[in-house]
Amino acid sequence: MQSNVVRFLMLIVGSVRDLAPIIVVVGFFQLVVLQQPIPNFSEILIGVVLVLLGLTLFIQGLELALFPIGEAMAVALAKKGSLFWLLTFAFALGFGTTAAEPALIAVAAEAAKVAASAGVVADNPEAQNTYAFYLRATVAVSVGIALVAGVFRILKGWPVHYLIIGGYVMVVAMTFLAPAEIIGIAYDSGGVTTSTITVPLVTALGVGLAQSIRGRNPMTDGFGLIAFASLTPMIFVMGFGMVWNLVA
Amino acid sequence: MVDLILHLGVTFLLTIRDVIPIAVVIFGFQYLVIRKPLSNLRGIAMGFFFVVLGLTFFLVGLELALFPMGEIMATQLTDPAFLYGEADVPDVVRWQDYGWVYVFAASIGFATTIAEPSLIAVAIKANQVSGGGIGVWGLRISVAIGVAFGVALGTYRIVTGTPLHWYIIVGYLIVIVQTLRSDRMIIPLAYDSGGVTTSTVTVPLVAALGLGLASTIPGRSPLLDGFGLIAFASLCPIIAVMSYAQITAWRQRLAREKRSTE
Repeated sequence: MQSNVVRFLMLIVGSVRDLAPIIVVVGFFQLVVLQQPIPNFSEILIGVVLVLLGLTLFIQGLELALFPIGEAMAVALAKKGSLFWLLTFAFALGFGTTAAEPALIAVAAEAAKVAASAGVVADNPEAQNTYAFYLRATVAVSVGIALVAGVFRILKGWPVHYLIIGGYVMVVAMTFLAPAEIIGIAYDSGGVTTSTITVPLVTALGVGLAQSIRGRNPMTDGFGLIAFASLTPMIFVMGFGMVWNLVA
Repeated sequence: MVDLILHLGVTFLLTIRDVIPIAVVIFGFQYLVIRKPLSNLRGIAMGFFFVVLGLTFFLVGLELALFPMGEIMATQLTDPAFLYGEADVPDVVRWQDYGWVYVFAASIGFATTIAEPSLIAVAIKANQVSGGGIGVWGLRISVAIGVAFGVALGTYRIVTGTPLHWYIIVGYLIVIVQTLRSDRMIIPLAYDSGGVTTSTVTVPLVAALGLGLASTIPGRSPLLDGFGLIAFASLCPIIAVMSYAQITAWRQRLAREKRSTE
């Protein structure tokens, strides 16, 4: 019991170190550059304590649940030897975690406003909601496809950079074809798809898969799934913009 | 106090809602396809509880301590009244006038990335998998430097109003050249680190900064020019991580050569 308490305290100290840069930066800009007092000091103190506790608990949970479960699923599915179920799992995980992602919901709503101001969507809430819904669905499908492609790559042992560079070429080519108002959103959508819970799970899945297949190296083959999940949304969102303008 | 508890409760429920699709997929496959009981189910259930509770505390804490002040700061720093003081605001902005904005962009990008939980997760995993060859802090600091540079460059782009895609294309070219010259071991990890930088902590602050800039600079529209910072923050860490690996390899070679000449 005592060793657990000591361990937890050590982790808290680690979290303090993780947060120190933010406190220094915010304090410096508030007091020195903007020369203003810190507002609601007690509230901020409570907030900092909560963040510390939260980060510590999250890292504990990471080692207890997210990493082992990601790896266990990878090993079990690899052992089962069914390509169909492995790829279905990859798609379901990518689609399921992205469709409900709060950051994506926010970006899609913002994107609908941009589209309305550019005149490709009628300027009423209903039309904007439809646009946002289809955009979200597009991104969720694209992340599902990304994980399928990424898992398939691990099975085959293809080097990740050929696929990623091929993806870049597509992004660049589509930038010149897609409507201007979608480009900023498309570029940003790559960054918002991978949430705090998805990243550890997906990373553990890739590494576990690479470890359980003979001839695969967890370093060169196991990583790379997140990269796929950040790249395909850009391509799909620009494609979505082009198709939407054609249909509308 | 009551407010705080209420806030915690609501955030806890929202976090559970976010976890449900993941849990459905995992347990659905576990019981319908794999059909084997999970080993150490109690530990995993407890871990999931820690993750949800931890994220709840983390988010509520950020909303109390960091986001309001960070967002006000971003607005104040981009406010023409702060930038120009008593002087008149020029019709065409000079990028040199925004010095503090770049410094703020870089430092807040660095600091929030260090605290980003998903980056911590990937760094821990990379450290385990590489058998300690990749340091947790080495990776986190290089990613944070990449985000710092990226966000600062992104604010410069908003100030000057130059087209986003040229920056991204040049960034891609740098990534491709570096890929051809890098150790194969580091490439997938470097690509991954682009995607993990932008989540819980970084996005709200960086978005506020972009929106603040785009709405105060004459001639920029927050809707069209406010985007793009996240794209920079996902691209530059790839370059930074590969540079980190190249510098490490170069220093090791130097040390070896030094030893062999002695």
